[in-house]
Amino acid sequence: MNDALGSPQSVLCLGGGSEIALATVRKLVGARCRTVVLAGRDPGALTTPAKELRDLGATTVETVAFDALEVASHDAFVADVFSSHGDFDLVLLAFGVLGDQDLAETDGAEARRIVATNFIGAVSVLVPVVQALRKQGHGTIVVLSSVAGERARKSNFVYGSSKAGLDAYCQGLGDSLVGTGVRVMIVRPGFVHTKMTEGMAAAPLSTTPEVVADAIVTGLGRGSEIVWAPAPLRFVMSALRHVPRAMFRRLPV
Amino acid sequence: MRPDRASVQPGDDVLLSGWGGTAPSRARLTTPLNDADVGTLLDAAPERGAIARGLGRAYSDAAQNAGGMVLDMTAMAGVHAVHLGRGIVTVGAGTSLDALMRWLVPRGWFPITPGTRFVTVGGAIASDVHGKGHHADGTFGQHVRSLTLRTGGGEVLTLTPETTPERFWATVGGLGLTGVILDATFDLIPIETSLMSVDEERCRDLDDLMSRMVEGDERYRYSVAWIDCLARGASLGRGILGRGNHARLDQLPKERRRSPHRFDPKPVLVAPPFMPSGLVNTLSMRAFNELWFRKARHRHEGTLQSIGFFFHTLDMVEGWNRIYGVSGFVQYQFVVPDDAQEAVRIAVERLSGAGTASFLAVLKRFGPQNPGMLSFPTSGWTLALDIPVGNPGLPQLLDRLDDIVLGAGGRVYLSKDSRTRPEHLAQMYPRLDEFREVRAKLDPNGVITSDLARRLAL
Ligand SMILES: Cc1cc2nc3c(=O)[nH]c(=O)nc-3n(C[C@H](O)[C@H](O)[C@H](O)COP(=O)(O)OP(=O)(O)OC[C@H]3O[C@@H](n4cnc5c(N)ncnc54)[C@H](O)[C@@H]3O)c2cc1C
Ligand SMILES: NC(=O)c1ccc[n+]([C@@H]2O[C@H](COP(=O)([O-])OP(=O)(O)OC[C@H]3O[C@@H](n4cnc5c(N)ncnc54)[C@H](OP(=O)(O)O)[C@@H]3O)[C@@H](O)[C@H]2O)c1
Repeated sequence: MNDALGSPQSVLCLGGGSEIALATVRKLVGARCRTVVLAGRDPGALTTPAKELRDLGATTVETVAFDALEVASHDAFVADVFSSHGDFDLVLLAFGVLGDQDLAETDGAEARRIVATNFIGAVSVLVPVVQALRKQGHGTIVVLSSVAGERARKSNFVYGSSKAGLDAYCQGLGDSLVGTGVRVMIVRPGFVHTKMTEGMAAAPLSTTPEVVADAIVTGLGRGSEIVWAPAPLRFVMSALRHVPRAMFRRLPV
Repeated sequence: MRPDRASVQPGDDVLLSGWGGTAPSRARLTTPLNDADVGTLLDAAPERGAIARGLGRAYSDAAQNAGGMVLDMTAMAGVHAVHLGRGIVTVGAGTSLDALMRWLVPRGWFPITPGTRFVTVGGAIASDVHGKGHHADGTFGQHVRSLTLRTGGGEVLTLTPETTPERFWATVGGLGLTGVILDATFDLIPIETSLMSVDEERCRDLDDLMSRMVEGDERYRYSVAWIDCLARGASLGRGILGRGNHARLDQLPKERRRSPHRFDPKPVLVAPPFMPSGLVNTLSMRAFNELWFRKARHRHEGTLQSIGFFFHTLDMVEGWNRIYGVSGFVQYQFVVPDDAQEAVRIAVERLSGAGTASFLAVLKRFGPQNPGMLSFPTSGWTLALDIPVGNPGLPQLLDRLDDIVLGAGGRVYLSKDSRTRPEHLAQMYPRLDEFREVRAKLDPNGVITSDLARRLAL
């Protein structure tokens, strides 16, 4: 059960290799979390982080195969993981691909891969996840969206639009779940130094997975609906949102 | 239209939380009207089980059952039998102490009462509640002569401390987990009047407060101190000690002697239905506490106070829990042995230092423990305080306090807990395994469960 201060005892992590997700789960294991399921494309690659979580005090840590693009498998995957572990207090949806924007502008396959992972894949797995959580009568879904979805930029609008779709879906989903005991928290990080952004020039206000993880843990404790990481991005984005198009497209962002 | 008595209504899915408003969960809320309904409902309990609920005054998740069934017991209210000559009554488990007192006090009788009248008798037994008089009278459960329990296994049992001590003392303080209490028979305290004769003292710091309690508590049937958690430095732990006895007839002014048992409490304030979070902050609390402390004179003897004012101060503000805003609050209550005064000091110090706004910090000395397996009170100091959630350092702060409490041989109150670590439970409640054995026998198929039971792996 989630306790009064937002600490879960069990977590299902979709995209278990994500650096942001792992930083978050490490903090949760430091609090009350004892059961962790890391789901990823290559479960073998998750054995090292799984061992680390055990060393931190988690008693049950499992790695399972999950591919966001294999949408046909999602219902069975969710049914399976809930029936073998019981309740999940928290489902952390962390998978995502940045993709190659330049390529995606000319190659439909690359554009489809980005949207199919970040948006379609997420929606596809959220449908059965929500059913399972509604049935257990409690639980929190944490979704990694992005500031990139807040306003599409010419430099990464394929990724940005996929996150915009996910973000909008989750806003509506959260509202639809009021009164069910299930809630949705949307996380909008800025530039985070992880595998995903390796080799890229850091954007202003760039941050680390640990900072995002702290923001997530604090948001859980407060019962937040939207979390920005780092926090000042909320104000930056609320200003950027109103910059006129003609000016926005000339900004070096 | 007459309600269909043959089959109890299936109920509605609703979101339930405890009095603190944290960690809500959804369950099917049903309303049994009689003993047979309880049986019918438990026999058809869903996969995720069932739990009884009274007036939802437990701060924690004790009366919630996510994805399962919750039995709202408040319709099973009323006096079933009474022997007023001897001060014994039998009531339905859903009877509230408020209703009961409105009926009993004018007749010269008084029950064990916690800090609110808005609890049911079932809830008072399941939490084995204590009041300001614990050092003199013990807990509510110690006054129960017998109770009827519908178990998860399908039995209807009459439990008494003499004939079925194990099952009785597992049920008293058992957080509803041994089954649904249908009714209870218990002893009352005779009172000459409905007023309290109260002595109040302003104490300059924690030492002053604690030594006065050690020295003088036995002269009073009721005793409790309010601590100003926002006072620092030399005034750390300053507070107001309020102690009293039921007033005798000869202590009443002449005009009250004609109706010595008059009792008609009303809320004097109603909190607004929605409050933004964060309104209760250190500044507003500091101002409030300063006022509260200044209000009491240095020493004030023999004041006559109403039962409502003395015992149930918070009931005078209806829905006061809403002032903490939508994110809710937790109550932290622990007890440590008499010689562990230091643990109390550290707790007060840490909580003052952290600037965690606390509306109330209540200090009391408990008398000896009873045989209740999960009953909270043990002899020593108990401190209780409310803290709004959302402060990022709060989980760690409370975890450290748990460590101090455990180190001192103490425990936290499960009906108020909503965040302690399950791995500490056996150390806090050494009879936990006995409780588990009795529970397993009464409910072999695990029909009865709650969010609290899941969270703490009870
Ligand atoms: C302002 C305030 C002051 C308080 N002061 C005190 C105090 O001084 N001392 C103290 O000890 N407590 C105190 N409490 C806590 C309160 O007395 C207990 O939590 C009590 O159990 C609440 O009773 P309820 O009827 O509201 O039960 P609920 O909160 O609805 O349920 C509490 C527990 O009782 C069980 N239960 C309820 N009915 C039944 C039944 N018929 N059969 C089996 N189990 C049942 C539930 O399953 C649950 O485990 C206070 C609470 C508030 C809000
Ligand atoms: N880093 C940032 O700057 C930033 C900013 C805002 C939002 N975000 C979002 O935060 C989330 C976590 O990102 P991160 O920074 O932690 O990056 P990361 O370490 O690269 O994690 C992304 C994870 O997604 C997984 N994944 C990709 N495609 C998948 C698929 N088809 N099926 C299953 N899993 C798949 C990856 O698994 P493999 O190991 O198998 O590749 C990887 O574990 C992402 O949703 C990302 O969009 C990141």
